[in-house]
Amino acid sequence: MDALGLIFSNIHNKEIFEVTISRTIASAPIGGRYRLIDFALSSMVNAGVTSVGVITKNNYQSLMDHVGSGKEWDLDRKKGGLCILPPNSTSFEDSNFRTRLEAVRSNRSFIAHSKAKYVILTDCYQVWNVDYSEVLKSHIESGADITCVYRKAQKGDDYFLPTTSFELDSNNRVTKMTFIQKKNQEFNESVDTWVMERTLLLKLIDESLQTNYRSFNRDIISRNLNNLKVYGYEFSGYFGNIYNLQTYLKVNMDLLNKDVRDELFNKENHAIYTKVRDSAPTLYKEGCVVENSLVADGCIIEGEVHNSIIFRGSRIKKGCKVYNSVLMQDTVVGENIKLDTVITDKNVQIISKKEMIGDKDHPIYVKKNGVI
Amino acid sequence: MLNKKECVAMLLAGGQGSRLYTLTSKIAKPAVRFGAKYRIIDFPLSNCINSGIDTVGVLTQYQPLVLNDYIGNGQPWDLDRTFGGVHVLPPYQGKKSSDWYKGTANAIYQNIPFMKRYDPSYVIVLSGDHIYKMDYSKMLAFHKENGADATIAVIDVDIKEASRFGIMNTNDDLKIYEFEEKPKNPKSTKASMGIYIFSSDVLYKYLEEDELDKTSENDFGKNIIPKMLNDGLKLYAYPFKGYWKDVGTIDSLHEANMDLLDNPDLDIFDKNWKIYSRNIPYHPHYVASGAKVSHSMITVGCRIEGTVKDSLISSNVTIEEGAEVIDSVIFENTVIKKGAKVHHSIVANDVIVGKNAIVGEMGGKISVVGENVTILDSEKVEAGKIIER
Repeated sequence: MDALGLIFSNIHNKEIFEVTISRTIASAPIGGRYRLIDFALSSMVNAGVTSVGVITKNNYQSLMDHVGSGKEWDLDRKKGGLCILPPNSTSFEDSNFRTRLEAVRSNRSFIAHSKAKYVILTDCYQVWNVDYSEVLKSHIESGADITCVYRKAQKGDDYFLPTTSFELDSNNRVTKMTFIQKKNQEFNESVDTWVMERTLLLKLIDESLQTNYRSFNRDIISRNLNNLKVYGYEFSGYFGNIYNLQTYLKVNMDLLNKDVRDELFNKENHAIYTKVRDSAPTLYKEGCVVENSLVADGCIIEGEVHNSIIFRGSRIKKGCKVYNSVLMQDTVVGENIKLDTVITDKNVQIISKKEMIGDKDHPIYVKKNGVI
Repeated sequence: MLNKKECVAMLLAGGQGSRLYTLTSKIAKPAVRFGAKYRIIDFPLSNCINSGIDTVGVLTQYQPLVLNDYIGNGQPWDLDRTFGGVHVLPPYQGKKSSDWYKGTANAIYQNIPFMKRYDPSYVIVLSGDHIYKMDYSKMLAFHKENGADATIAVIDVDIKEASRFGIMNTNDDLKIYEFEEKPKNPKSTKASMGIYIFSSDVLYKYLEEDELDKTSENDFGKNIIPKMLNDGLKLYAYPFKGYWKDVGTIDSLHEANMDLLDNPDLDIFDKNWKIYSRNIPYHPHYVASGAKVSHSMITVGCRIEGTVKDSLISSNVTIEEGAEVIDSVIFENTVIKKGAKVHHSIVANDVIVGKNAIVGEMGGKISVVGENVTILDSEKVEAGKIIER
């Protein structure tokens, strides 16, 4: 595919601040062995994108450690490949970028240097397996200047954050964009993913410089609805939307559903790649009880695990009971401890506190390296 | 030469492994799956890189396709190096002659040019069909301390078992004075592990002489080592302590798999001595409500709805509701359907065991189901039977 990928690794950090205190949202662990960026990167690679820039702002050490040379995604290339784009202060913007538009602007030279015809821009808060070749096909067929990916938000989805809604005509052309804090209604929700020609993006960046525009959605796309053909592309598959700790827990739990797993991980030619850790297989000891749980490699399980996501290298000791929890990599749950609806970050040890009980609206979060 | 390597490893991976029957009908023995996510060759390759040996020649001959593919550029073992790394060395056609590898020594002889490219002071010869974790750098240090011409790794075996092995008879200082292949009345319990370190000049000389000897079987154990002893060279036995198992038979392969579950000498969770393998991008495995898993190892991509006990389950295996897998080893992509029972068996990759089928029997001989076989619904595979497609 003749496209350059651009991934924003921490536009959404603030919204899930617990997990992103020491990392980008892109490198937030998810689903037992993944980081959120795996979905964005794998989808691009599976569509044949061979050049991807990851735009970073701060706290990107864990991200760099995770993606490395890009070889797990087959992005260790002589031409193109994976490129981490560290923050870049320039003469016209002497502080770090604040918005997506400023982020793109500060990486103008990277975009200008590419020879790809198209550019795909996306974020990292989404857990999905989108087929970008279909998005690009739709973009070309509709004759769009810009294609915005959206999904149909359903009644019952709870929204705590301002989000972008598209109004579409019968040809799926975007006629109006609104910025709303919606609750409990149907609308076309932007999933912050766009396709356009690379030269158009450069032109829009340059124009925005003259006017000192700040927002990509508000100033670039919305203002141009009349001048440019902006079309919507509906993504109708599973969409895990992570914007706070509650939704982080929910999306992890969604992976216990076989249909969700099959759609995300078992689609032919659409595998999700991640960093290899070379863990041993997981060892289940005599007397353990495990049900309705997703368990990654490298764990040793002696106790009980119910409805939970257990990341690589965790230890569940004798007599402990873990319910409805997400235990990130190398978590240790000591003997005879009960956890319910707890999210432990990487390398947490729960040894002395005998019982920790949260609920799905208020999960308990234990920070990285915490010893309790 | 700009660069040289202190020690180059030559890994003999051409063995047919005929006593593994259907498990090696299409692949070489070192490529046989082991321990849920590994292949046998992962152990010597990981030992090499963990011991600081980053140049490895893998000598293939029998059914090399899968093995070549698996090793690839060596990246999973960190053996993709600009100078050195892993190289697959099949037999090749020369100007004057083209030969299959006639024996272990001949295989190494034919690759003297490969070794010389790295100008090594020492060459370690390994075999690709053993499960063990060993620090070869300690053996190399032992070789250097003794100023040996050759050092042979030995493991202490039960005296009753000793007549099955090549036995090294040594002085108190571990200098070998005699080598006996499968002796009827063993004098020592030091069994050769098939791991040799040679000072390279000595090795080249003896390989070249051996090649000229038309009566030789071109074998390290039968020809090279006895001749070195006969010539009065300094050969030492390096005593290895730890887990080591030749997985050349169905029984020993099954046993070694089971050893992963609770033999503390075979700890694959050791972060300082990881066993590396080629990764397949599957999601973490899923254990459903109603599943019963105990005393087992399971890896990525599996869906477990039934009972798994005392077993090792490779990637992307499905064990449906009501199915029962006990004391068995299941290779990747296999499906055990509802109500099926797999007891005391090895089931290879891409097998379908139909509903309510019964494979194997506790207490009987081990049953083996070869790759791509379909066991029909309610079919019975007797204990000890080997099914091949």
